[in-house]
Amino acid sequence: MRQIINTLGKFTLIRAVLLFLAVIVAVYLTVIVANLGGQLDEIRKAQIRFDIGQTAFGDPSLQSLPPEVVAEMLNEMAEREFLRLGMDRPFFPMRSFEYLWRAMTLELGRAERLSSDAGSRQVRNILMERIPVTLALFGTANLVLFILALFIALFLSRRYGGFLDRLIIALAPSSAAPGWFYGLFLILIFGAVLRVLPWGGLVDAPLPDTSLGYALSVLRHMILPVTAVVLGALFASIYTWRTFFLIYSSEDYVELARAKGLSSRAIDMRYVLRPVLPPILTSFLLVLITMWMGQIVLETVFHWPGLGSVFYQATQMSDVPVILGVIVIYGYLLAATVFVLDFVYAIIDPRVRVGGGAVRH
Amino acid sequence: MQNWLAMLKGAKRYPSLVAGVVMIIIFISFSIYAVVALPYSEAIRLWRGGPGVWDETPRNAGPVWFDLFIEGKVPRTIAINLEDTGTKTEEATSDGMKRVEIILPFQYDYDGFPKELRLYSEARYEGSREPATVSWRTPDGRTIILQENRVLRIEDTYYISQDDELRTRLSGIAPHKGLFADPNNEEKPLKGEYQLLLTTEVPETAELDAKLVAPGQLHGLAGTDHRGRDLMVALLWGAPIGLMFGVFAAVGAQVSTFVLSAIGTWLGGKIDRLFQWLTQVNLVIPVLPLLILIGHFYSRSLWTMLGMVIALNVFSASYLTYRAMYLQAKEAPYIEAAQAYGVGNLRMIFRYLMPRIAPTLLPQFVLIIPLFVFLEATLSVLGLGDPVLPTWGKVIYDAVDEGALYKGYYYWLVEPAVLLLLLGVGFALIGYSLDRIFNPRLRTL
Repeated sequence: MRQIINTLGKFTLIRAVLLFLAVIVAVYLTVIVANLGGQLDEIRKAQIRFDIGQTAFGDPSLQSLPPEVVAEMLNEMAEREFLRLGMDRPFFPMRSFEYLWRAMTLELGRAERLSSDAGSRQVRNILMERIPVTLALFGTANLVLFILALFIALFLSRRYGGFLDRLIIALAPSSAAPGWFYGLFLILIFGAVLRVLPWGGLVDAPLPDTSLGYALSVLRHMILPVTAVVLGALFASIYTWRTFFLIYSSEDYVELARAKGLSSRAIDMRYVLRPVLPPILTSFLLVLITMWMGQIVLETVFHWPGLGSVFYQATQMSDVPVILGVIVIYGYLLAATVFVLDFVYAIIDPRVRVGGGAVRH
Repeated sequence: MQNWLAMLKGAKRYPSLVAGVVMIIIFISFSIYAVVALPYSEAIRLWRGGPGVWDETPRNAGPVWFDLFIEGKVPRTIAINLEDTGTKTEEATSDGMKRVEIILPFQYDYDGFPKELRLYSEARYEGSREPATVSWRTPDGRTIILQENRVLRIEDTYYISQDDELRTRLSGIAPHKGLFADPNNEEKPLKGEYQLLLTTEVPETAELDAKLVAPGQLHGLAGTDHRGRDLMVALLWGAPIGLMFGVFAAVGAQVSTFVLSAIGTWLGGKIDRLFQWLTQVNLVIPVLPLLILIGHFYSRSLWTMLGMVIALNVFSASYLTYRAMYLQAKEAPYIEAAQAYGVGNLRMIFRYLMPRIAPTLLPQFVLIIPLFVFLEATLSVLGLGDPVLPTWGKVIYDAVDEGALYKGYYYWLVEPAVLLLLLGVGFALIGYSLDRIFNPRLRTL
């Protein structure tokens, strides 16, 4: 037991370090792309010039001066501001690492335009406020997706070739469209035509008085987005996973277990589900990664006030610090997703547990 | 090769494959038709607009085939030109001026009201301008003065339906309804011949031209959007653009991954580990946010996006799948034999390893096309579509942005969405069937 924990711990640590390195590379890449050709600096400089111009515009003491002098003064003020922010140094290599460090620690300072619902202008506060909202939707939707797909796949693999099996497999191509796409149709049907469910948002307005009412209202608002996510990936997942089940349930040891007269439940649990889970987890990981991307549009379509929405608003308003912040958080979230699934993988895959080291494929 | 042909012959047993192929062939012919019937420059002109391009189209009009489901005769767009049906009488007055009266008559026998009413006029001359009178004659002989003392600019548009003063005189009914309404029943239009009269004085050498447009409630096979653009333009051109984007991106992304995984697996060692690690890094890179960032800061051009999508998918997740396949293929006896007689690395990878796995690439490749087709739509829905090209995603964006669902213009959203869905499902049908054909392990089950 102790040895198992040791190997597990070692494996986990190695994976964590590798993933963290991956996040650093990803974020650094983002910083470089964001500043390609000095665009980031240009935008910041333009914003600073604009702000200084705005303050000067309302300053009565400047109005008596000739315009050239004022322009000269404003220019000087802007230059001083650039110096203060260290924008005169070359981007490579030092300032890019500075950006990287600030991005990794989310020390992104103040947002240029957006503010958090609590009123803070700090990028970190804006993002921290949104993470639970996003996770609530993402977690619920994908948990529902995973459980539904797993059990339907297991169920279908026992009825291979039957009517239900063929019907659901015929539906697999529907997953070609992403969740937000079905979201639009769901809004059209349940929001616009039938008017039974809310079009979007997190909670009713005015806010319900009791916390139970609040929870129920949030749940009601979650029905459509969760359904959209599930619709967007369910049938393809069932198709893939059912295939895994079929492959593993035709193994000789399963035949032997059947010959021994074990119940089909015991066979499923002990002989089929266990070997089939690792490949299923790998395939689910890929689904999850796509899901994270789809979350931005999904939240925009449903006006769900999470990270995706704030990212959309930030791009609309060119709020560079917030944009960078969201990308960094996305990097962390993706890495965390990979990590958690790797960990589960390690627990259920005896080769990893006993042999140590990352044995994949 | 023969093997492949035999496999494809067996395709007859897969009706979903046939259905998918038929769908994609329809889309390809649709694209060819779009490019031929509506040349690129013409499509862009109709889509981006300019002076006079959307003059005669209604805004937010439904498709004409709605007619089949609506009772009564739904109004179509009426445009009356002076040249075609109008009459012009000129009468010289004092000091080089002439009095011009233009009558634009038209027959109205629809059961509903038009969407708007606009009068375009053109009077090209220098100098001071005399006021003009615009009036309206109904079939039952009433004459309503729309505006007296209207000063016509050189190119003048009189939005009759937005004339608030006239609206007040029509007891609060919008002019495009009030002018047509039956005095005994305001809900119904009076059928018969209407006339619009425009009288003014212009210099004797000047020309006066006028056009009355009553945009209908239905327009074109696809309807129009909030600017009066015919959605058909975008629906037609969305097909070749979507197909091209999906196929190019899939080719670029999958083929590069395929080749790199062959190289990595064959050479093994450090390169293999490096490639695997790069794939891990790539998994953690938030692709869509990065694309949005690029679209926002640099260029929203479809080509930039295509290039970036391919670049970000070189070390995509399929690297791991391919690697597993190559590892198996590496063990095959013919590879060992080839090695024994000294085949070089390049030849080994491109002539011996890759052809063996290539068939498995096909279903993967087809399945990934719709993902990229929808990626283009996703970017458009976030407002980052190509600024010039008419695509399905941009129609969806406009529809969502303009609240098509709130206002009940369902066709606006549903038309491009259904086309997107059909294109995606077409490819997916082919992909899943190919998967079953080329994956023998499933076939024997």
